[in-house]
Amino acid sequence: MRYLMLLLAVLAGPARAVAERQPLAVAAAANLKPALDELVQAFQASRPEATVRVTYGASGAFFAQIRSGAPLDLFFSADREYPQKLVEAGLAQGEVVYAIGRLAVWVPARSRLDLERRGLAALADPAVRKVALANPALAPYGRAAEAALRAAGVLDAVRPKLVLGTSVAQAAQFALTGAADAALLPRSLASAPELAAAGRSVPVPDALSAPIEQSAVVLGAAHAPALARDLLAFVRGAEGRRILARHGYALP
Amino acid sequence: MDLQALRLSLWLATLTTLALVLLGLPLAHWLATTRSRLRFAVEAVVALPIVLPPTVLGFYLLVGLAPRTAAGRGFEALLGHPFPFSFAGLLVASVLYSLPFAVQPFAAALSGVDRRLVEAAHTLGASPLATFFRVTLPLAWHGVLAGAVLAFAHTLGEFGVVLMVGGNVPGETRTLSIALFEQVEALDYAAANRTAAFLLAASFLVLVAVHALQQRRFPRWDAR
Repeated sequence: MRYLMLLLAVLAGPARAVAERQPLAVAAAANLKPALDELVQAFQASRPEATVRVTYGASGAFFAQIRSGAPLDLFFSADREYPQKLVEAGLAQGEVVYAIGRLAVWVPARSRLDLERRGLAALADPAVRKVALANPALAPYGRAAEAALRAAGVLDAVRPKLVLGTSVAQAAQFALTGAADAALLPRSLASAPELAAAGRSVPVPDALSAPIEQSAVVLGAAHAPALARDLLAFVRGAEGRRILARHGYALP
Repeated sequence: MDLQALRLSLWLATLTTLALVLLGLPLAHWLATTRSRLRFAVEAVVALPIVLPPTVLGFYLLVGLAPRTAAGRGFEALLGHPFPFSFAGLLVASVLYSLPFAVQPFAAALSGVDRRLVEAAHTLGASPLATFFRVTLPLAWHGVLAGAVLAFAHTLGEFGVVLMVGGNVPGETRTLSIALFEQVEALDYAAANRTAAFLLAASFLVLVAVHALQQRRFPRWDAR
């Protein structure tokens, strides 16, 4: 019995410490990974007492998790639709646009594809066997990528080559490992160090893909709503805007 | 339910099971009869997929068999297309992933066969192959069938590996479990419910079959 108590005490120790210093739980669209990592670092430099834990994934997946009661404080979506739906459902408030994203085509360094001249039509080339994008059913950038292919008139030619990642991050990983020959990605991700070092990217013209407004919400279930609002204000402030701009986003 | 995904999953599970019977029986026979010290290492390798997260297997397959690696080029030369995002790729992944679920019951059943009967067949002049098919296999067949059924069911439920190397291509790599994942993520709970209920029922029936096979004493070969 004494040992049992001891065991419980040992187990309860860390659990209590975690409860006292629970980090701010942030869910963010995968396209934000390079920018938000930097934003959070800068935020924590000015607020050393705050710990922030960010999970990256597909916005649609987070939307579903939040609706099922996921314990999150702040949600950075890749579009405005999911946050607006959460506000309508009474699960969040204060929807604000924090960045405007655009698409790029990324190809590995060894690729000889003439994207610069041929644009998206180059993806119909037989040399391109697989084109990765985020699943349009789950990810706003996947929908934007599909729409851009349609607008360029090559969707039917490219459709048999499409492979779908659960988020833009998985689409990027498919291309980075060489499993796919090209990927349609957010510019922010295509210019991230890992991808920039291993290949090159060409922006998709705005005429083909409308700019993607990305908004964020503080969630109703937040346990630290004040801290969540502070982080959001930091992202939209001067330093935040500078970081976002450097990662290829346009600003609201 | 996504019928295309259902067909794909059933076809993948069937081919995987066939491949595992063809490859797994000789391997299991070796494991059941060998005195080699290598046996323990081989047994451990066979058992690895039980303890490894499927994502580990998926990651190594994706990175190791990508078109730019030597192994990936070999695969491509063999099949005419790259390994990832293809049905053939999933088949290879499934065979690896379900290997222990076939080979372990196979080996257990084969090693349960009375040595004396096998030796008697040898002394009566039967070749090793003839002995295997006419003595060993008929005595061990319920274990072999249980292994095959388990491999089939395990492949039907495969998710992590397919998620990593599949790419969710309809009719090619969108299996039932991937379709279910997408339905849930897209909040289509009605469709997800149908898919999930099917997988649940199929798995339950398979396990009932396996337990029946393992417990029932089948008529002896010589009593027929």
